[in-house]
Amino acid sequence: MALNRKIAYIDLTTREIKVKPIPLEIRNRFIGGRGLDAYLLYNHTKQGVDPLGPENVLLISGGLLTATLASATTRTHVMAKSALTNMLGSTNMGGFFAPELAWAGFHHLVIKGKADRPVYIFIRNGDIEIRDAGKIWGKCVQETQWAIRDEIGDPEVKSLVIGPAGENLVRWANVMTGIKNAGGRSGMGCIMGSKNLKAVAVRGTMDVTIAHPMEALEYNKRFIDQITSSKVNQTMGTIGTPFIWGATNSWGGVRTRNFQYNQCEYSDDLEPERIDEIATQTMGEYHTCACYGCQVHCRGKHRLPSGPYKGMYSEGPEYTSQGAFGAEPDCRHADTVLTCNYLVNRYGMDTLETGSVISWAMELYEKGILTKEQTDGLDLCFGNDEALIEMITRICYRSGWLADTLADGCLPSADKIGKNAFDYLVQVKGMHNLHSDERGTPALALNIATASRGSDHLRSRPAIDLYHLPEPVLRKIYSSPVPYHGPLSSEQTDYEGKPWQVFWHENCYMATDMLGICKYHTMFLGATHPNFEDWSRVVQLNTGLDYSPLHLWEAAVRCNMIERLFNLREGMTRYDLRKGEMLNHRYFDEPCLRGAPGVIGRKIDKKKFIKMVDEFYEHKGLDENGVPKPETLKKLGLESEPSHLV
Amino acid sequence: MQTYNKVLKTDYEKCTGCRLCELVCAVKHDHVSSPIRSRIRIIKWEAEGVYVPMSCQQCEDAPCGIACPAKAISRNMDMGRVEIDYNKCIGCRTCVSVCPFGAMHFVATDRKVIKCDLCDGDPQCVRFCDIKAVKLVDAGDVSLEKGREAAKRLQEADRKASSLVA
Repeated sequence: MALNRKIAYIDLTTREIKVKPIPLEIRNRFIGGRGLDAYLLYNHTKQGVDPLGPENVLLISGGLLTATLASATTRTHVMAKSALTNMLGSTNMGGFFAPELAWAGFHHLVIKGKADRPVYIFIRNGDIEIRDAGKIWGKCVQETQWAIRDEIGDPEVKSLVIGPAGENLVRWANVMTGIKNAGGRSGMGCIMGSKNLKAVAVRGTMDVTIAHPMEALEYNKRFIDQITSSKVNQTMGTIGTPFIWGATNSWGGVRTRNFQYNQCEYSDDLEPERIDEIATQTMGEYHTCACYGCQVHCRGKHRLPSGPYKGMYSEGPEYTSQGAFGAEPDCRHADTVLTCNYLVNRYGMDTLETGSVISWAMELYEKGILTKEQTDGLDLCFGNDEALIEMITRICYRSGWLADTLADGCLPSADKIGKNAFDYLVQVKGMHNLHSDERGTPALALNIATASRGSDHLRSRPAIDLYHLPEPVLRKIYSSPVPYHGPLSSEQTDYEGKPWQVFWHENCYMATDMLGICKYHTMFLGATHPNFEDWSRVVQLNTGLDYSPLHLWEAAVRCNMIERLFNLREGMTRYDLRKGEMLNHRYFDEPCLRGAPGVIGRKIDKKKFIKMVDEFYEHKGLDENGVPKPETLKKLGLESEPSHLV
Repeated sequence: MQTYNKVLKTDYEKCTGCRLCELVCAVKHDHVSSPIRSRIRIIKWEAEGVYVPMSCQQCEDAPCGIACPAKAISRNMDMGRVEIDYNKCIGCRTCVSVCPFGAMHFVATDRKVIKCDLCDGDPQCVRFCDIKAVKLVDAGDVSLEKGREAAKRLQEADRKASSLVA
């Protein structure tokens, strides 16, 4: 059953492998997936550990519900100390890897040390083997997976791999599986590369028992009907996440030319309809595909319509790539977005960070902070599609001064470039923001400032705040599973009540990541989607564990706190622009110049923003510096963590 | 006389490759999650984005039944399916070898062969496939959709040709 899935400790230096059960007491407190990974990371690394050194640990896991009859429980989580942020590194991806890991007998892998030459780990039904990867080192993401299948002689092997970007220690390199299932943000692929670990391949045929199979089957049907009946998911299942673009861009929430504008003008070619048209022309009427057990099937399929890779099969693009390779560098061609999407997925690098860092460099070039000599002759101006595409390859292979500099991450780059390059950076904790512009949405601004892995939308974003839901509806959502009587506002430009919403979503998303469920199956984009109440039932039917909604909520609060403890141990301080929970001055100083009438002129009010962070800290039981109060740690049972520092 | 007249019809162009059918099939039959226990399998060419659901065709003249040395496989007219009599089955896997669709499977842990039984008339793969890549249709109607699509293509080609002449 799910509960007898094990944890494997693999030392790449000594090649020693230990397999242990996951004690129920630990399960009860940290559930699984990202939550349990956070607990392990905090205990298995020492303060100030070199992220690229052998002492850093790489944690790979599935959630508690992975491979059970809970819909879309396919997410793989990977955690380590990040070499991009020098704080928490964490990523979550779809695909088919985590269920295969569970069928192979494991829920968690703890990988330590560093191999003396390129290797990959192969796991089959409880057996773990470290194999030579000399022949596959250097290959792109997809070829790596096919080569492993050929070598093992099994087309059903699923692999989590790095591409050349991870090998070359690009600080934001991804772990990847399939064509484009990407574990992005915070550079977990870089950590794999630093360990000479090219891939983890798994094949499993062991049963995962279901506690109440027939009831779980029926409940799953209801769950699915709830998911598929929402317009959001129906739309997403037809044209993928690009559907978000139309609304956010016309409204004025898409940062353009790095951060100069909040809307990409004259961008018809980037609209979801155009992307869908290309997909239809190249793949036919049905052109979306799905992760394991998911009915949302939000991933688009297409063949590249033009350019040097014309005709190549590719998946995506996501909404994030429209922003990263469309709006931010002001390159308004669908074909460019698709080419860039194709390249980052082959190289295995984060689409958001790549597009953002290049757009930042473009602004520096425009302002004369970067010279043509520093760009190695490249005319790195906004709207230069060829330069954008060229930069992606250069960064992956670190060719030239600028690419090599940028590949080390935005903060070291700002120092190296010098002058006032730092002032133009749109980052938190050393990681770029996605292309969304939060100047008109204080709740979203609070989310990116306080996210545990750096500026990021998937840790606590109350995206439904943009829907203008009536106050009674908000009250119903946000008063469960713990009561909340404070203010709530339907107006997205307000500051009132938003800290609670961010706190609520932080716990909601942690819960999905602990259970292994995709965020499109909870209150991320759909306000009617399942959350704590439903999960309590799903956990009970699938595993037999009696976790009340409140139990899951408290576990999520606990795991978020462990992540915070890790960041604090690594030097997080509230107002530090490099390691803190503060936004770049541009959010406070530069007003929105485009968008809807209510958006033009908006910027974040610094005083109100600081008050929001204060309130957010209060909800979390932190002092004014963002440090947990002793009573908070006691309440969460974390007062003696790290409990078994290894 | 065939009393149950429905057959499983798959449409690989629609399949999103999610493999939920495999999961619900395994749970329905064996009460556990394990794709190797599924009677329906999604065969994939990920590099091309092609996914093909493969399941028993309930052949009229089933090679598995003809080849079975223990005469354990026969047609059940009431249920419209080819089925295995486990009291007779000797586990020789001849049926696995001769099935032209690879739809007869051997579960190594249980040491027995398995195949689609149409869930006694309510196939769970059909019930859970939201995009309807797997359907249960009247046997006589299997070609209906395909015929209409072909006719549409012809009609479009005809229209194009006419416009060239005009």
